[in-house]
Amino acid sequence: MIDYTELMGFGPRGWGLLMVQATLMTVAVSASAFALGSLLGALVAWARIEGNRLVRIGADAYTTVLRGIPDLLVIYLLYFGGSEALTALAHLLGAKGFVGVNSFAAGAIAVGIISGAYQGEIFRGAYQAIARGELEAARSVGMPRMLLFRRIIVPQALRFAIPGLGNVWQLALKESALISVVGLTEILRQAQVGAGSTRQPFAFFITAAVLYLLLSTVSGWGFRRAEVVGMRGVRRA
Amino acid sequence: MDFDFLRETVLLLLSGVPLSLNLAFFSILAGAVLAVLLALMRLSGNPVLDLPARAYVFVFRGTPLLVQIFLIYYGLGQFPEIRQSLLWPFLREPYWCALLALTLNTAAYSSEIIRGGILSVPFGQIEAARACGMSRWLIFRRITVPQGLRVALPAYGNEIILMTRSTALASVITLMEVTGIASKIIAETFRAVEVFVCAGAIYLILNFAISRGIAFLERRLSPQLREQGAHDHLPEPAR
Amino acid sequence: MTLASPNPSAVATRDLRKRFGANEVLKGISLDAHEGDVISILGASGSGKSTLLRCINLLEIPDEGEIVVGGETIALRIGRGGRREPVERAQVDRIRMQVAMVFQNFNLWSHMTVIENVIEAPVHVQKRPRADAIREAEALLDKVGIADKRNAYPAHLSGGQQQRAAIARALAMHPRVMLFDEPTSALDPELVGEVLRVMRTLAAEGRTMLVVTHEMGFAREVSNRVIFLNQGVIEEEGRPADLFAAPKTERLRQFLSSHLKA
Repeated sequence: MIDYTELMGFGPRGWGLLMVQATLMTVAVSASAFALGSLLGALVAWARIEGNRLVRIGADAYTTVLRGIPDLLVIYLLYFGGSEALTALAHLLGAKGFVGVNSFAAGAIAVGIISGAYQGEIFRGAYQAIARGELEAARSVGMPRMLLFRRIIVPQALRFAIPGLGNVWQLALKESALISVVGLTEILRQAQVGAGSTRQPFAFFITAAVLYLLLSTVSGWGFRRAEVVGMRGVRRA
Repeated sequence: MDFDFLRETVLLLLSGVPLSLNLAFFSILAGAVLAVLLALMRLSGNPVLDLPARAYVFVFRGTPLLVQIFLIYYGLGQFPEIRQSLLWPFLREPYWCALLALTLNTAAYSSEIIRGGILSVPFGQIEAARACGMSRWLIFRRITVPQGLRVALPAYGNEIILMTRSTALASVITLMEVTGIASKIIAETFRAVEVFVCAGAIYLILNFAISRGIAFLERRLSPQLREQGAHDHLPEPAR
Repeated sequence: MTLASPNPSAVATRDLRKRFGANEVLKGISLDAHEGDVISILGASGSGKSTLLRCINLLEIPDEGEIVVGGETIALRIGRGGRREPVERAQVDRIRMQVAMVFQNFNLWSHMTVIENVIEAPVHVQKRPRADAIREAEALLDKVGIADKRNAYPAHLSGGQQQRAAIARALAMHPRVMLFDEPTSALDPELVGEVLRVMRTLAAEGRTMLVVTHEMGFAREVSNRVIFLNQGVIEEEGRPADLFAAPKTERLRQFLSSHLKA
């Protein structure tokens, strides 16, 4: 087994640079997915709080389905299904051959849709944690609904949502590893390539594990810090 | 709507269900045993036991399951010591590698759930048991476990559903459980949407059955949380 | 020792000291409870009353001093980590079988019905036959007045009913001594009476009881001895009539005047 530091270093035979690039890719795809998930989650939360019966059922179904089926299936759906659709579209426009959906896009959207289901729960819970009395006080001074939402509900809900969102972010980071199966060169894919090329799978996958742990730990610190800042002035039980 | 295709697909997918359930069931079972051990290590108060357990939970919760699977399936085979050992007939089979990875993974999450359950038992009730002269083992068996189980059950039920979902990752190392078969059909027929719908439905039905089972268990185990029965002609309890 | 009693000693402490961190809560407590004594322990919060009780059944381990139950001294030693610990676990369990405690927060086991709570220790700790334990438990539940609640869960009972169930649970162990740690402090005022009534019955039967309480009526009328604890020391001790009518120390006088508002 060749020297680990040479294997992972930044020298001519080293894979270090590629692994770092792959890490950036992981962060990028996870962040994109998380952002999409926040958007969807906010919509879902709103649907379950304010929506009429039909909308609520739809939101419930979305949440149940996406938390119940394997994430891998969703990724396959978006990648292969998306490619099918794109190919059909291309053929309609006269092109030939197979058009593949971009793996970053397919992966980010897939993980984003799944994340949205979890984030919807978080936002709903956060909204319900806001003291009813504060909303009443705002209404009683004549605050219009949009202002109420912007100045009272959103800041408070975000504050209560931070711990849950921290968890969901970690989930997104780990799920990004699945996007490797549709060819995106994030940490796990790069590790696979390296392992295949150098016949040192253990070294590469351990490195991958360490990189994920690093990302997860740093994220944990970040979210805990955000929690401290966010909970300023709140008396805990 | 190509019902023939759908029907064929569903039948093909169903043949993968036994393997999915097998992986889920045995990994949860073995994982539970390991989880109890880890929880006890963490609760022992002894750093020699606590720290390794915490490290284990940290590593297995902080890394993706797929990485764990690859490490075991591809990584271990790299070492001649492993290839020559007694474990090799197992460790070179995708089934055992997947089972091992799933077990180790769920043990980390489950140990936290079990630990939470044990810690949730009100301390006063433990004191009352001590004051009666109960030994530590008797207290654990008669007070802590029954109550801890009830608290842990919802979270554990959730974990069981998550594990059933996670068995899909075994398809990446060639196992033909439901997702493995699904990906094969997609690759052959390019009809991703229909296959997705069929496979998704199967998983949803499995989850539904499991949720019902857990809810039933919850109700059976917690008679004290039930509303008072019609045959109790009792006034409202004081709040 | 103010009262010589012909009865044998039920529980005694010699020079008990207990520290929590830098705070010394018990500063040398010696008391002697004979069989049949009903001793009320009074004092302001923080005076160490609960800690004293909890040392007797070793829920807290005293840093110095001796505890003697039924003539048997509890053997303690300095263990690993420099803290005091019992020499023999079995002795502690045996002692606890003779010393029953009723807690301020009842502490009934919430996953068991009332009758299951009462028979738990007799069956599993004292190894008595289950049928006998059930028979006796039903008689005890009848005695404390909640026979119809035998199959109810604690969550469905009022506070007063729960505490009475806890008393029945304590009685089921056939204890030599009963310790009551502020048994009525967590109850709504209307429910205090039913618990005190049960305690009076027990006292009239000649049970040995150590009661930490704020209920002055009980202390004055039912106990045969009162101990006033202040900042970890026994400030005054004697017959209730004496202490209540003629407190010797200023602090007891202040305590009584602020607690006897009626």
